Amino acid sequence: MSAELNSLTIAGALDGLAKKAFSATELAHAHLKAMEKHRDLNAFVVETPEKALSMAAASDARRAKGEALGALDGIALAIKDLFCTDGVQTTAGSHILEGFKPPYESTVTANLWKAGAVMLGKVNMDEFAMGSSNLTSHFGGVGNPWQRKGDNRRLVPGGSSGGSAASVAARMALGATATDTGGSIRQPAAFTGTVGVKPTYGRCSRWGIVAFASSLDQAGPMARSVKDCAIMLGVMAGHDPKDSTSVDLPVPDYTKALTGDVRGLRVGIPKEYRLDGMSPEIENLWAQGAEWLKKAGAEIKDVSLPHTKYALPTYYIIAPAEASSNLARYDGVRFGLRMPGESLDEMYEKTRAEGFGKEVRRRIMIGTYVLSAGYYDAYYLKAQRLRTLIARDFDRAFKDVDVILTPSTPSAAFAEGENTDDPIQMYLNDVFTVTANLVGLPGISVPGGLDSQGLPLGLQLIGRAFDEETLFRVGGAIESSANFTARPAGY
Amino acid sequence: MSLDSKTVAHIAMLARIKVPEAELAALAQELSGIMTWIEQLNEVDTTGVEPMSGVLHRNLPQREDKITDGGYPDKILLNAPDAAHGFFTVPKVVE
Repeated sequence: MSAELNSLTIAGALDGLAKKAFSATELAHAHLKAMEKHRDLNAFVVETPEKALSMAAASDARRAKGEALGALDGIALAIKDLFCTDGVQTTAGSHILEGFKPPYESTVTANLWKAGAVMLGKVNMDEFAMGSSNLTSHFGGVGNPWQRKGDNRRLVPGGSSGGSAASVAARMALGATATDTGGSIRQPAAFTGTVGVKPTYGRCSRWGIVAFASSLDQAGPMARSVKDCAIMLGVMAGHDPKDSTSVDLPVPDYTKALTGDVRGLRVGIPKEYRLDGMSPEIENLWAQGAEWLKKAGAEIKDVSLPHTKYALPTYYIIAPAEASSNLARYDGVRFGLRMPGESLDEMYEKTRAEGFGKEVRRRIMIGTYVLSAGYYDAYYLKAQRLRTLIARDFDRAFKDVDVILTPSTPSAAFAEGENTDDPIQMYLNDVFTVTANLVGLPGISVPGGLDSQGLPLGLQLIGRAFDEETLFRVGGAIESSANFTARPAGY
Repeated sequence: MSLDSKTVAHIAMLARIKVPEAELAALAQELSGIMTWIEQLNEVDTTGVEPMSGVLHRNLPQREDKITDGGYPDKILLNAPDAAHGFFTVPKVVE
């Protein structure tokens, strides 16, 4: 039995633990074994087997004594290396933070441990969450457990939460934490046949998460079912006085939203998401998704989000601008890498040139440029005005519909080396996801099926602010219709 | 907008990232490509549109102005690449 413990869902594992069919320790062992077996995927930057086993033993002891148990008691999780973990190296995928061991715990991970979850280790990611392939990580790319039929080239798992996605898809973790600034949860979820949720901005505390673009960043769960994500988000979310942008609203029991009943719900199809030259497979899946929901009793309506095409360029002003400011703290003085220099400025310049990778340097420079004297109005202020127009598009659309359905990504997973040299080509991965970040709305990616090459494709739902419940309800309906049971070969 | 090497050198200085002279031209070309793509935003008339800096339309919460944390210099210095005598250190800045 223990060989398959790592293939359970979180809900299934909780059930088995409650029935004492297996222990949290056995569950942790099954995952540690899978991690060892699939090290070639390079999903983990740091493995914490001792921590996992001691946390699992503590969970087993709580259960044996009949003590109160948390909502995730004994559940083995992978943690994106953007979340600060007390005494465990946290790098954000960057050389500049190599060796950094935070003396504190992020609020989201603290919430998970309080609920009894077990930490397996820290997972790989694009450097400072800047990327859509995991290839910008200082610790190397991550392999997608999925491969094209008859083609053994290694595919990317997407990014930036590539390690989170790969660890969940390869059954090395029951679930993983992730973050999403422009699509970093939803795109890798789509690329790996997993479910990923970007909650409403303000739902989860950002305290203790290495900052990229503070007005866009949100933490969320990745797992192998909609229900598992609902369980995880219920634990991760909540008000935190240490993050002034975390919202003081009650956190609903998201699993209660999984009624499967979407009758009368109005589902919007935004015509501007139909891109020129869009792959027919993506278009078919999108139509299929609408058909599933229609059959389940939802009403399908066309909506218009006229400023959609401007969302990506708007993002590529706002996100680098905020990043250039956030990443100013990496100066070789208080933590992280330090390269010696004759003067203070020389030390800064050498440290940052050596410590940041190419994509991060590129984005810091763009951000610095658009904020610099003489260009601020033309670029930064312009982008902020566009952001208002994009938000108005959604306000208008949500007067007519309750949820918006789109594809998650314009393509399935690609191989390392394909599509990866031109930065703008890479940025286009986030064309369907980035709008939700700009306006702070929640989004979910649910696997919809396989393409002709045997690779998973995802469908995205975007909801109203703080209405994750509708996303879980509709996501659950898509999940049952799609009946996505495919697994990557060998996992 | 096409950025020249001189502008890129200036941005690099502002960002405190050392860029070798020999790499400036290539970097200028790369950044120009991205900025040109970004400039499609100029197609949109945004006259009179309020700029949006964040999505939360509420006032930030306030709390009493009192010390709620601290008192552990050792933890603060734990990750410093070169701490000495309870302080961070930097290269000499005064001649």
